[in-house]
Amino acid sequence: MMTTPGTGHDRAQIVAAKRQRQASRIAEAASAGIKVLLVKVLVLGIVDAISVYALFVLFAKQDWLVFGLVLVVTVAVNWIYFRVKGLPAKYLTPGLIFLLIFQIFVVGYSGYIAFTNYGTGHNSTKDDAVSSLILSAQERVPDSPTYALTVLEQAGVYSFLVTDPDGDISVGNADTPLKTVTDAETDGSGQAVGLPGYTTLNFADIVSNQEAIAAVAVPLSDDPNDGSLRTPDGSAAYLYLSDLVYDEAAGTMTNTGTGVVYTEDPSQGSFVAADGSELQPGWKVEVGLANFAKAFGTDSIRGPLISVTLWTFAFAFLSVATTFALGLFLAIVFNDLRMRGRNVYRVVMILPYAFPAFLSALVWAGMLNPQFGFINQVLFGGAEIPWLTNEWLAKFSIIFVNLWLGFPYMFLVCTGALQSIPGELQEAATVDGAKPWQVFRLIKLPLLLVSVSPLLIASFAFNFNNFNLIYMLTNGGPRDVTAGVNVGATDILISMVYKVAFVGANRDYGLASAFSILIFVLVALVSIISFRQTKALEELN
Amino acid sequence: MAIAPSIAAPSDTDYIPVKRPFSFGRWFRATGWRHLIGAVMVVFSAFPLLYVLSASLHPGGTLITANGLFSQIDIGSYVTLFNLPQQPYADWYANTLLIGGITSAGTVFLGALAAYSFSRMRFTGRRVGLLMLVLVQMFPQLLAVVAIFLLLNGISDIFPAIGLDTQIGLIMVYLGGALGVNTYLMYGFFNTIPASIDEAAKLDGAGHARIFFTIILRLVAPILAVVGLLSFVGTTNEFVIASIVLITPEKQTLAVGLYQFVSQEFSSNYSVFAAGAVLAALPVMALFLWLQKYIVGGLTAGSVK
Repeated sequence: MMTTPGTGHDRAQIVAAKRQRQASRIAEAASAGIKVLLVKVLVLGIVDAISVYALFVLFAKQDWLVFGLVLVVTVAVNWIYFRVKGLPAKYLTPGLIFLLIFQIFVVGYSGYIAFTNYGTGHNSTKDDAVSSLILSAQERVPDSPTYALTVLEQAGVYSFLVTDPDGDISVGNADTPLKTVTDAETDGSGQAVGLPGYTTLNFADIVSNQEAIAAVAVPLSDDPNDGSLRTPDGSAAYLYLSDLVYDEAAGTMTNTGTGVVYTEDPSQGSFVAADGSELQPGWKVEVGLANFAKAFGTDSIRGPLISVTLWTFAFAFLSVATTFALGLFLAIVFNDLRMRGRNVYRVVMILPYAFPAFLSALVWAGMLNPQFGFINQVLFGGAEIPWLTNEWLAKFSIIFVNLWLGFPYMFLVCTGALQSIPGELQEAATVDGAKPWQVFRLIKLPLLLVSVSPLLIASFAFNFNNFNLIYMLTNGGPRDVTAGVNVGATDILISMVYKVAFVGANRDYGLASAFSILIFVLVALVSIISFRQTKALEELN
Repeated sequence: MAIAPSIAAPSDTDYIPVKRPFSFGRWFRATGWRHLIGAVMVVFSAFPLLYVLSASLHPGGTLITANGLFSQIDIGSYVTLFNLPQQPYADWYANTLLIGGITSAGTVFLGALAAYSFSRMRFTGRRVGLLMLVLVQMFPQLLAVVAIFLLLNGISDIFPAIGLDTQIGLIMVYLGGALGVNTYLMYGFFNTIPASIDEAAKLDGAGHARIFFTIILRLVAPILAVVGLLSFVGTTNEFVIASIVLITPEKQTLAVGLYQFVSQEFSSNYSVFAAGAVLAALPVMALFLWLQKYIVGGLTAGSVK
């Protein structure tokens, strides 16, 4: 209704509408029982308590970025729930918070990691790398004075309470260098044995945690080159000095034993000597497009990457095609009302779908085992057919097992779709003289495809990332020994990402994330094309 | 087949057809061949499951002995399963039920909240929000598995209680996927509940929270059950994220634990694995067969009208 403000009548209407809104708000607030309010206050109280705790911890860690984020989110949540308006937000916020962190943020974060050298040997800051290099090269100084030691524990962190030969008492732990203390409890000989606020470990505690205690190195001062105290037995500490000396101003590490100078290389995130040898560990740096250059520019990676991508598409397409063909065929076969016992067949055929998928793959891996498996031993009379170890047979086995896993779903879907096609259509076509095959091809199949095509696309998208089947059945193998990354003939993109990032000693998060970005792009392209085809977006209202 | 005109329908009773003698050929052409295909499919579908069952009943069995189907029947492997020193099977089982249960309950709750607001309220960004939900489902969480691992690693530095190697951390990651497919499914179902019910309740003085918790949730119970079950099954089958988050054996789920068990001693201890597989599959399969009608309805909702 159009109104032109200004006339008295309209103003009265606006006022009335305003009062109407006010009245409905009051009614809404009044009807929300005291119980609802109590629950709301209680839940918000818990959320706020956790947030405040988080803020304290973050403040202590001086992690200002995360501190700011937690603060903003907490304030926003309280604002959303304590204002009267904005009802939809109250219902959407809980799910959205999880979605934003664990689905949307992580995708963006993958994008960032793809531009770093994050991975084994490059997984922390430069300071951490320097201190761990110095620590790893530490040797006990031969004539080190003996420090009398008492091991203390506070909130799971071990501290050293030491009395040096002059009788001075100081305390420190792996993160905080030694500092002198005056309020330590001492025994008769002047050796410190305890400190207020700390628990003193007795002999039994030391024995049961000896590995952890032996690994503790307490720096003597803020300068890592001064060395640190370590203990071999938990009762005496000795000075350890490193062979590596760090010069912060020059950005070099010098090995005092060999005299080799390693210079900081910010583009690689590590100390490199003149002869090109690197000190491990390095630290995490942004490397620009290096991971993508590595993925697409190195022959030993580009080749496997292309073949894996092609196989991923082939596998997803063949999976959908084979399961849909069998499912549709069975749906037609069992869609005959004259047939007795259809439900018995139906229930048995749903079993593979009900059986947990990861177990199915493991069971089939057993049955297809070349030496001992049922298929070779019983069905092929002891032949050693390499079902899972020959490149092409392994691909065939994967499609076959996926057919077993996937046909029941397609069978159910096609049965539903067939039954929803009105019977009059078939009768009319029959009266017009159409043969059964023509009725199916020209009438039923197009109608069926209209209703099941969104499900076929969803199935394609699922199989595109069907990690479980590939990883559990063939482990991506047989392995391609010529490839520069851990990849096999039946690996799909997602299992390759997993292997590069988490399998084996050399984890390369940066390269794996670059592969992830590639998957995102491919999935986005497939989605756009399929959305255009199905016009699924137009149905939204 | 000729179609009798409907006017003749009452006179059908006067005409008693002579029962034709049974002819095998005709029966086979009509429905017999269908039974033949059915029999082949029954063997194809059920055989691997029978194979696992028989392998699990052969104590001390290997892959070789598993080939003698049901040659021995003994529950020894099931006993062994619960007394393995390195593989805490009972813990895996409990963890799977716990993580799956909490995740599916959380997913249903978060999804229902969102679906209620999309279905019953009109606000700016509603259409965009619905579109976003469709797009988000296209990118499953496991694609960002590296980032999830590093994020939890970072959380561990600050709060070890919800970071890597904790089940709470894993559940939180799973809940990140709660507003995806499920919300859209629920949104469609919520729309089938007439809005006049809400209005009647409003007139009687019920607030939005009361309407949601006491009226709507009861009316949409079937879809809640379907979404809860699909989420539970999905969580049970999830391997990628669970395998990188849960490191301690006592905290792992069945998918991670059984996979590692198999990769360590596959052919030599096959009967124990098979026993573990049978026990792991039983609750999921029972739920599935019990609720299959609803699941099939849920799967095909929105596409098959």
